[in-house]
Amino acid sequence: MQHLPIFPILIPMLAAVFMLLPPLSNSINRHRVFAIAVMILLIISSALLLLTSHEQGTQMYILGGWQPPFGIALIADRLSTMMVLLTSVLALGALLYACAGDDNEGMYFHPLFMFQIMGINGAFLTGDIFNLFVFFEVLLIASYALLIHGGGKQKTKANVHYVILNLVASSVFLFALGILYGTIGSLNIADMASKVRLLGDQEQALVKSGGLLLLVVFGLKAAMLPLNFWLPKTYAVASAPVAALFAIMTKVGVYSILRIHTVIFGEDAGALAGIAIPWLWPLAILTLIIGAIGVLASPSLRLTVANLVLVSVGTLIIAIAMQREAATAAALYYMMHTTLVTGALFLIADLISKQRGKAEDRYVVARQMTHSKIIGITFFIAALTVVGLPPFSGFLGKVLILQSAQGLTESAWVWSVVLLAGVASLIAISRAGTTLFWRHSNGSNDSDPIHPLKIIAVVLLLSASPLLVIFGGPVTDFTNLAASQLHDTTQSVDALLIGGNK
Amino acid sequence: MEAIYAFCVGILTTCGFFLVLRGRTFTVVIGLTLLSYAVNLFLFASGRLTIDGAAVLGQSTEYSDPLPQALVLTAIVIGFAMTAFLVILAMRSRADQGNDHVDGQVPTISNNSAASNSASSNKGNN
Repeated sequence: MQHLPIFPILIPMLAAVFMLLPPLSNSINRHRVFAIAVMILLIISSALLLLTSHEQGTQMYILGGWQPPFGIALIADRLSTMMVLLTSVLALGALLYACAGDDNEGMYFHPLFMFQIMGINGAFLTGDIFNLFVFFEVLLIASYALLIHGGGKQKTKANVHYVILNLVASSVFLFALGILYGTIGSLNIADMASKVRLLGDQEQALVKSGGLLLLVVFGLKAAMLPLNFWLPKTYAVASAPVAALFAIMTKVGVYSILRIHTVIFGEDAGALAGIAIPWLWPLAILTLIIGAIGVLASPSLRLTVANLVLVSVGTLIIAIAMQREAATAAALYYMMHTTLVTGALFLIADLISKQRGKAEDRYVVARQMTHSKIIGITFFIAALTVVGLPPFSGFLGKVLILQSAQGLTESAWVWSVVLLAGVASLIAISRAGTTLFWRHSNGSNDSDPIHPLKIIAVVLLLSASPLLVIFGGPVTDFTNLAASQLHDTTQSVDALLIGGNK
Repeated sequence: MEAIYAFCVGILTTCGFFLVLRGRTFTVVIGLTLLSYAVNLFLFASGRLTIDGAAVLGQSTEYSDPLPQALVLTAIVIGFAMTAFLVILAMRSRADQGNDHVDGQVPTISNNSAASNSASSNKGNN
């Protein structure tokens, strides 16, 4: 279908608008039913889009009929459609969980949720770097409101930091765009990639500073080392479904680094090839180390999970820094696994904290959980997955990344740091599990039963882990193709400029 | 003209960053506003500065690049919305925390109050 690439943006946008109008407004039940229906529709259309772009090649959607590089284009290649599908699946899990009651703590949860998904999908699909900025702002302003959803002192405090940091980052993003437009003369990613090789010596220095400014912005979104201090607190105070959805937000940053610094400043960029790589290596390894220390030092499960997000970001950026097809493919596999499992872990942390009275999810002795069996099983599976033990997807993802490091001079660093971070996570998570489930006082149990939707949401997100292993063959084939498409400039650049209206 | 223009953008950016690093939300909001002014001017200049240039073909002998103007318009709208949001958030934070510090707590006053003030504002922005 010709208009398929714009559906992942259009569906959530229209859904959000309809939810603000009668007859849907003012009724949380109608909101819930409508939102779940829309989300299932979104998953179907993203899956269709992925199949189409997989079988028929990259789909380009030219808005308003202005031919690239002059108009605005959406690019649905394997990488971006994969990310869109991943977002929809994660969002369905978070939404189901929210429908069990968390969405009623404040106003307009569902419309904001939809706007956020619109922004995320737009950021993945756009082929134009200024629209990347615009979609970043769309997803950010929705996330500002979602983060403070439910209210409270802690949320306000974390939100002030989050908003100010992101506003500064937006300014830096615009400075970078101004520099790049002033020198390269285009904002279409493919067009920029083809023009960046032709620059003169004087302009190269400017473009280099522009490109590195972009790295700062994406590094903040991805929570790369010197810019990661906002993440643990922000994610820990957000309500569970919001935190689960935020699991994809750091990946938007990682995706942007991958897209910009592989396509524009990739191997064919002449003197500007790989300008980010000398920065990415040490920062990624340090991010991983800081994340591992944070995981060990966290006093509550939510902070542990937030620091595990940092560990996953470090691992992903290491894989990007290798600048190889195999490493990118491994990173894509790891990205799917880590997004879904950290989303599930945020939900499980909330389940646990609701059952333990005032102790919430802190690692202290508290009353026993009423439903410790079902929660324990899900926690056990999620823990094995996130630490990277077989037979779950975390193991496979790490093996792929470690394998792709073979033969590099940095491979000793990659192996030791990734494996040590795994050990740190294992220690922290097993300590968390023993404290939360086995060390309890003999107090009375009067916590409410768990809403079945919450269990369904957690199981949905966790089921991705064994599925990614069972279908490991087709999935890795797909990520390999996606990575080779990204690294191959004839497909990721030239086809999008001459190929025209397809 | 270029030199004056660049000087203005530079001054605005410097002041913006300085104010953003302060400890109270009001100065931070002003700083972000200055930063967004600087960014808008900078984006505008990325299409090169021309005087009496038309942005539409067939209107004059000299032309200016219309794209940065469109970008600036978008950036102004987004920046305005974000600033408005931040002002409301700052007021909410003032109500919730009982003070207007970015960190949500009044820094402990030592002998060298200036040093502690700047230290607290750095913490708030990390």
